[in-house]
Amino acid sequence: MTLWQNYLRPKNLSEAMDAFADAPRPLLPIAGGTDLLLDLEQGRHSPIQTLVDVTSIRELTLLEQRGNELFIGAAVPVNRVARDPLTVRHAQALTEACNLIAGPQVRNVATLGGNVAHALPAADGTIALLALNVTAEIVSANGARRISFKDLFLGPGKSSIKQGEELIVGFHIPIPNLPTPNYQSASCFQRIMRPQGVALPILNCAVWLERENDTIKDIRIAVGPGGGTPFRATKAEDTLRGGSLNEATFESALEALLAQAHFRTSARRAGADYRRHILSGLFGDTLKSAWERAGIG
Amino acid sequence: MANQISFTVNENQHTLKAKPNETLSDLLRYRLRLTGTKIGCDEAECGACTVLVDGEPVLACMYPAERAEGKSVLTIEGLGGEFTAKHAKNAKDLEKKEERGKTLHPLQEAFVEHGAVQCGFCIPGQIMTAYALLERNPNPTRDEVRFALKDTLCRCAGYPTIENAILAAAESLRTGEPVRKPNVPDSIHIHKSVGHTHLRPDGIEKVNGRAIYTDDLVFDNMLFAKVKRAMIPHGFLTKLDISKAKALKGVVAVLTAEDIPAERNHGLIIYDWPVMVGVGERVRYVGDAIALVAAETLEVANQASALIEAEFDPQTVITNPVMAREEGVPQIHEKGNLLKHIKVRKGDMEKGFAESDVILEHTFHTPTYDHAFIEPECSIAVPVKPDRSSGDLSGFRLEIYCGSQIPYQDRTQVARVMGWDESRVRVVGQLMGGGFGGKEDVMGQIHVAMLADVTKRPVKLLFDRHESLLVHPKRHATQIRIKIGAKKDGRIVASESELYGDTGAYASLGEKVMTRATTHSAGPYDVPNVRADCYAMYTNNPPAGAFRGFGVTQSAFAVESMMDMLAEKLNIEPVELRRINALHVGSITNTGQELRESVGLMECIDKVSGAMCQVSGLSERDVFKPHVKLETPHLVRSWGFAAAYKNTGLGGGAPDISNAEVELYDNGMFEVRSSSAEMGQGLVTVMRLTVAEEMSVPPEQVKVLVMDTDLTPNGGPTTASRQTFVTGNASRYAAKTLRDAITATLAEKYDVKPEQIRFENGIVHANGHSMTYAEVAKEMKALGQHPRALYEYEAPKTQPLGTGGDMHFAFSFGVQAADVEVNKLTGEVRVLRVISANDVGMAVNPLGLQGQVEGGVMMGLGNALTEEFIMDNGYVVTDRLARYRIPGIMLTPEITSIIVEHPVAAGPYGAKGVGEICSIPTTPAITNAIYNAVGVRVDRLPVDQESIAREIWEREEQGKIEL
Repeated sequence: MTLWQNYLRPKNLSEAMDAFADAPRPLLPIAGGTDLLLDLEQGRHSPIQTLVDVTSIRELTLLEQRGNELFIGAAVPVNRVARDPLTVRHAQALTEACNLIAGPQVRNVATLGGNVAHALPAADGTIALLALNVTAEIVSANGARRISFKDLFLGPGKSSIKQGEELIVGFHIPIPNLPTPNYQSASCFQRIMRPQGVALPILNCAVWLERENDTIKDIRIAVGPGGGTPFRATKAEDTLRGGSLNEATFESALEALLAQAHFRTSARRAGADYRRHILSGLFGDTLKSAWERAGIG
Repeated sequence: MANQISFTVNENQHTLKAKPNETLSDLLRYRLRLTGTKIGCDEAECGACTVLVDGEPVLACMYPAERAEGKSVLTIEGLGGEFTAKHAKNAKDLEKKEERGKTLHPLQEAFVEHGAVQCGFCIPGQIMTAYALLERNPNPTRDEVRFALKDTLCRCAGYPTIENAILAAAESLRTGEPVRKPNVPDSIHIHKSVGHTHLRPDGIEKVNGRAIYTDDLVFDNMLFAKVKRAMIPHGFLTKLDISKAKALKGVVAVLTAEDIPAERNHGLIIYDWPVMVGVGERVRYVGDAIALVAAETLEVANQASALIEAEFDPQTVITNPVMAREEGVPQIHEKGNLLKHIKVRKGDMEKGFAESDVILEHTFHTPTYDHAFIEPECSIAVPVKPDRSSGDLSGFRLEIYCGSQIPYQDRTQVARVMGWDESRVRVVGQLMGGGFGGKEDVMGQIHVAMLADVTKRPVKLLFDRHESLLVHPKRHATQIRIKIGAKKDGRIVASESELYGDTGAYASLGEKVMTRATTHSAGPYDVPNVRADCYAMYTNNPPAGAFRGFGVTQSAFAVESMMDMLAEKLNIEPVELRRINALHVGSITNTGQELRESVGLMECIDKVSGAMCQVSGLSERDVFKPHVKLETPHLVRSWGFAAAYKNTGLGGGAPDISNAEVELYDNGMFEVRSSSAEMGQGLVTVMRLTVAEEMSVPPEQVKVLVMDTDLTPNGGPTTASRQTFVTGNASRYAAKTLRDAITATLAEKYDVKPEQIRFENGIVHANGHSMTYAEVAKEMKALGQHPRALYEYEAPKTQPLGTGGDMHFAFSFGVQAADVEVNKLTGEVRVLRVISANDVGMAVNPLGLQGQVEGGVMMGLGNALTEEFIMDNGYVVTDRLARYRIPGIMLTPEITSIIVEHPVAAGPYGAKGVGEICSIPTTPAITNAIYNAVGVRVDRLPVDQESIAREIWEREEQGKIEL
């Protein structure tokens, strides 16, 4: 079976858009390809005519600070994301997630763009990006636009990106304010696996928070899989925002999270009640870790 | 619009025309013939195909070749050169390009020195991954090594030695000093060569990428085969249409059952496995073959296979062995669903249970497991003229290249189906990327023979991982009920067991495997009254056959769990309960065999217990209690303990024979030959050391040739931990025979008594004359004698089950203790440390032994924690490596190996088998530790963290209600 006929390697966005417009279809963009090629090989995706390799498009391979934002190109390999001093400094949760995606060799080619485009509700990179309040930059023949991260997802495995027309250029992560003696922000990502079967997390969690003395000034919590699309625990955030972190506030946040999230049973991976049961520990550890990282002084 | 790809590989510039669909691994392997880059899974799971692209390790199997445009690729073949280039003292050195490929990088050297190389198939990936790590981080910690090698899988699982090798290489690179040697204790039995650390004869080629496995071979004019499989678990083939496939351009042959020349079935003992299922015949599992295609390219073969149309009349699927024995279910073989009812009877059960103060009964379940050797099956058949001249092929023979644990049996099976005399078939066994019992049955050998016979062209059939998982025989799933009766003082007086074994669609070695499960189902204990009944049943699952442990893995899990349950009930310490009942010299086994020698079980128990207490700082009483740290109250640690025994050799009355031949060449080199299989376990080292010992030469002076039915005498199957014993002995006696011939010749020539001929350090002394072996060879030939000796070794006779007497000629004993941490909230289990003691008789090859022991522990750990081959109504769910997880380096505990050496008189230098015993006690040691930590008894494998967590939270909720 010929899985693809043509392999194009545009050097810039306009070449990519030209390829999208002119190359034989069906056509798909390919970044790391670690999911896409397997889908093609194992028949989950029907053979296609053209693969448009986006990893040579300069814009998609940049990782840099732009004003008060961190830009991560959609085709930057996740190992580079994990190692880059800018990410380490401003987006701990993302480095932690990127260090856990698959294995080291896969991480050298896999990208956040691919992770996000696959639209799995518990992809590690996706959950970390969600907590970091990312916006995505999308380009099409009509030009570039920014959309909120949540709007990239329609359902499990369904991305809002129009395949073969639009391309994720990268992600903009707001850089938090500089720490002061009374103020600091921090983030954390953790997950729980099972040793058998497909290496997808049975539960993962990312927390970003701003701490002012002993108060949570602002907080974002993402949990996967907490629904059909990557889940933000906004109710739990509301519970914690403005208060301090102690057993009582944690318990009410957990309660809010459990009330808002939709945990389901996935065959051979985890029962819904098991997920609910282990959430407490995972959420507690992740939250506590972020809180301590933002420790003042 | 085909593009060009311009890139460098190992510093050589290449410009090639791009091909649709091509991955970097295909380009490297098939177009540039750089076959050091291996394909284990072709699904980005195993890491064997790791190469460096612009300095970063990537998986070549999922890397589109065209992406390499403008980039620089480094493969294992270029690593030695890379090292020389970097360390060249001057420009002149650099120019000697030829020299550069010949040197070894310190990593390559360290992998050989430290015994990190076993089957060798994953090694290029391991080394390339490690190389990238050291380039970035010259002084990594153990954790950093593990992080870098996380998904580079090794099924021989020498992870500790891989780790040590990388650290030793890093040190050498930093200091410029030679690679530090490993610290492996010698055997306590003192000899010159055997019992000491020596390097594998095939080590170098396995680290520099030159080792050839079957798929690395290419023959002129070669065709590619694809097998059309039924893909339904049970039914009758009602219609088969191959016309579209035949019409496809590039297809050379399409064969069906109608084309089978002679015998229609194959099998190892029972010929019940159809070469192909024909129209009107019964399909018994998803992997049954219904047609064969040979085509000019693999792509066309795959297309043709997809064009074959088949229709079936589906039948009720027999999904498990208990169902298979129920009345009124379909019978999938003519003789019914029962392969064999196996019985063990000893003493008087009624009396035994009547005498018991305590009786316990429990049922255990173990799932199917896959060997997951990293090298998938590959067979190539090549028609050759008997005199090897070119041209007309009339009267041709077939050479079959494959990885096989039983080359002579492959020859028989191919010849039977072809209707040929065996002499027309030559099986040329290639290096094997792991076997573990999974390469005993024929897979593609017969199919390629049929296609090569029809097309008169070489034909290759390579399984991808998916096909490998679907088709080859697995480890039997079992249900094991054990009822055990004991006195208050701990003496077990009765043991009753009932086993069901799922042998799947075909017998393979099912009867033998389940016999071993049954005879070992009362554990390594002296029990006066034993009754065991086993029903080895056919089902519509993939066949089950040999897999390291050979049934004992399953029954040991049941009986060793039972031992801990009994210990608790009797309030006796688990270690003490085992001491009270342990087999010892003078014991009578369940099958009525008196053990007269070599029972090192008690020493294994004592040594493991001693080491466990020492490292934990706890007494035998406290070590099995739960332990928590104040700051992490949810993480509970405890130890678990388990013992086992395993026969060496075929036993049960089967003649256990191996042949070996030793020849002295004119240059003074020896060659030892046997068809016995090297699959990574280290037999070739054993053969080499044995001959070196007997001839008093350095091991490097002995070459080893194995697995060729034309060139090597029959060593029998490589199974049942038998080869060190039987082929070790055959090699030893062949060498002795040759030595005797040399002695006689020289004694006559120099007119001295034979006793006066001495063999020392590679020199033969005779009455003042000292000769090298090269001179001896010439001397022998001058006197008309060929310096060559063949020896047929037959192991001590055994008796069939049920007749009493010696069912086996030797047993190995093993004890393991596992230090395990359980997360009470999530149920997650981590194994932190394993102490393993094995009575191997004598450690012939200590470095290889260490690899076996560590790999055995890791395979046992996978058996307990990560692996489960899942079927859903006969369909295989775990049909990709991504769904069948084998343990990686991150799960590797600290492994301590203790070697116990109670020699067997008939064994070579006292040795007995080790390949299996070292893997058997791991699982129950882990599950017993889980119980000791959190009170959850795992009676169904693999350990399910969710069930553990659930049991704990339900218990806690119950506790709350009761409060």
